[in-house]
Amino acid sequence: MAGHALTDDIIVCNAVNKWFGEFHVLKNVSLAVKRQEVVVVIGPSGSGKSTLIRTINRLEEHQSGEITVDGIPLTRDVRNIESIRMETGMVFQQFNLFPHLTVLQNITLAPIHVRKMKKKDAEALAMELLERVKIPEQAAKYPGQLSGGQQQRVAIARALAMRPKIMLFDEPTSALDPEMIREVLEVMEDLAESGMTMLVVTHEMGFARGVADRVVFMDSGEIVEIGTPDTFFSAPQHDRTKLFLEQILK
Amino acid sequence: MSSQTTSSTWVNTNHPTPAGRPPASQVGVVGWLRTNLFNGFFNSILTIITLIVAYFVVTGAVRWLFNAYWAPVWANRKLFAVGPYPVDQLWQPALVLFMVTLLFGLSAGRWGSFLRSLAIGLGALLGVLALLPLGTQAQLVMAVALGLLIVGFVIGLRVAIGSRWLVLAWLISMPVTAVLLKGGIDLQRIGITWSFAPFVNPGLYGGLMLTMILAVVGITLSFPLGVLLALGRRSKLPVIHYFSITYIEVIRGVPLITILFLAMAMLPLFLPKGWDSPSGLVRVLTAITLFSAAYLAENVRGGLQALPKGQYEAADALGLRGWHKLRFIILPQALTKVIPAMVGQFIGLFKDTSLAALVGLLELVGVARAVIQQPEWLGVPGGVAKEVYIFVAFVFFIFSFGMSFASRKLETRLGVGKR
Ligand SMILES: Nc1ncnc2c1ncn2[C@@H]1O[C@H](COP(=O)(O)OP(=O)(O)OP(=O)(O)O)[C@@H](O)[C@H]1O
Ligand SMILES: [Mg+2]
Repeated sequence: MAGHALTDDIIVCNAVNKWFGEFHVLKNVSLAVKRQEVVVVIGPSGSGKSTLIRTINRLEEHQSGEITVDGIPLTRDVRNIESIRMETGMVFQQFNLFPHLTVLQNITLAPIHVRKMKKKDAEALAMELLERVKIPEQAAKYPGQLSGGQQQRVAIARALAMRPKIMLFDEPTSALDPEMIREVLEVMEDLAESGMTMLVVTHEMGFARGVADRVVFMDSGEIVEIGTPDTFFSAPQHDRTKLFLEQILK
Repeated sequence: MSSQTTSSTWVNTNHPTPAGRPPASQVGVVGWLRTNLFNGFFNSILTIITLIVAYFVVTGAVRWLFNAYWAPVWANRKLFAVGPYPVDQLWQPALVLFMVTLLFGLSAGRWGSFLRSLAIGLGALLGVLALLPLGTQAQLVMAVALGLLIVGFVIGLRVAIGSRWLVLAWLISMPVTAVLLKGGIDLQRIGITWSFAPFVNPGLYGGLMLTMILAVVGITLSFPLGVLLALGRRSKLPVIHYFSITYIEVIRGVPLITILFLAMAMLPLFLPKGWDSPSGLVRVLTAITLFSAAYLAENVRGGLQALPKGQYEAADALGLRGWHKLRFIILPQALTKVIPAMVGQFIGLFKDTSLAALVGLLELVGVARAVIQQPEWLGVPGGVAKEVYIFVAFVFFIFSFGMSFASRKLETRLGVGKR
């Protein structure tokens, strides 16, 4: 894959359009994310935030425009899709752990069968990652036996086990009780500090302010404004952004 | 008293109130009777009427049971067990029984849960049969089978045999059963004939043994077929999708007995010219398998639909594809969800095998029909059909009840275990 590093942008979306039937969810969305950058996407419900990050690993198919991930163009070609999925990890609002597998098996499954790792190595890696998300003692349990915050940390470890270059987060703390949000955000902060490229949809403004390099505001399928946290929160430009920030920060 | 509801602040100063006892009329035997049987005028009447009816039914049944003429059942016990299988080769089915009981013991010891209750039931049955004066040889066979069940159970408990080896052993036990019962391998078409005993015509397999063969082989073969059909029904390829739907709906719209008759008449037409026409056993097995697969497919489809979309998405996001996704994420969850339904279907299939009697197979009901016709009993006033059919019904009941009992245990286990 040498030669792909020509540009510093690891994710490039160029004039991406998507429709659900007649409904125009993504309207000419263009966004570039640099290596090791943390980009937070905010916006009202239904504005297309989830859809945007889900098109990047092809959980949703876009109809026009180009998406390139680490130099690999996202086309219908399954080999490209597969390569992109191996480079991107995803964390869902509802965790989506595999309930019939133990925590350890959840984490080692993809490394063993997709990365063709030896079981032993995969387990060592899994334990290392569980240390990192601070729940190594839960390795033998089933997801149903864990708290929401613990499940989400397992989900992060599971995504990291594929050694992705990019992590996509879709409202990772929205399904959590308030006292568990902190523990997940801490793991995400550590991850950002370690230099992971992250694209995060969240309503946690504290995280956006403290960790993001840039904040993207979306409304009705369009990117309305992009800015560094400082300028974005203190001097929003667009009226729509101002209104939104007023509503959530009051 | 109402300060609690009216005042703006209130503290329960009595707080740790000691737990009280419920009123006596709601506990104990009297309480139970009152709440469950005599709570109100109509229910009391209903209870009394039910008791009266039950009294007459039970006393009548008991009186009949003791005066009934059980000789035809007793005299034909070998026929009910294995059908007209050659008497001097009965050691072959005995070996099959030994193999199955050993495997059953191993599985029950290794896997536990509902298999353990089934093994206890099976052990009790074998014990009773060993004690009944069936005949020295038969009793010995039952005793040895019981012994193997216990030995297998203990080994299964002590030795950590890999689950995949046990499954493999079960799968291999089926062709081995076929060879043991046949007395060798008789595949002249591909030039293999080998025998360790005179070949037995499959038309001579019968009784409970044949019922079991039909049910077990039917469910085993229909399982993969049903899973494929369920997946086919969800396929995006139109040919596969519509083939699966058509198959499932056609089969489900037709009674099993018509499929049995059609298989008897039509199966030879589908085979290449010059092939021996398949035995009745093969024809019935084909019909049962094809029939059962359609119902299984619908069960599996239910399981597939119950799987949240997030499971597919998580698998996709991790880069798991095709076979891996199916094998490790989708099927394990979809199939565990439908195990209770499949056990129910298996019980249904077990009873439905009795229809094979109508196309000439001598399984339990087939044997019953034959026994009733025997000249010895022609002189018995009222005939012997009552006794014979009650006996057959009883045998079906024992096994069905055992299985549904086990499946209830399994359901509670699946319900509370992993989520
Ligand atoms: N599979 C689908 N089919 C049809 N419409 C969809 C589908 N998925 C999403 N939508 C619609 O697309 C719009 C954008 O959805 P999306 O989930 O991207 O919003 P969001 O910004 O993530 O909102 P939220 O904050 O509520 O998660 C919504 O109006 C939604 O109803
Ligand atoms: Mg969303």
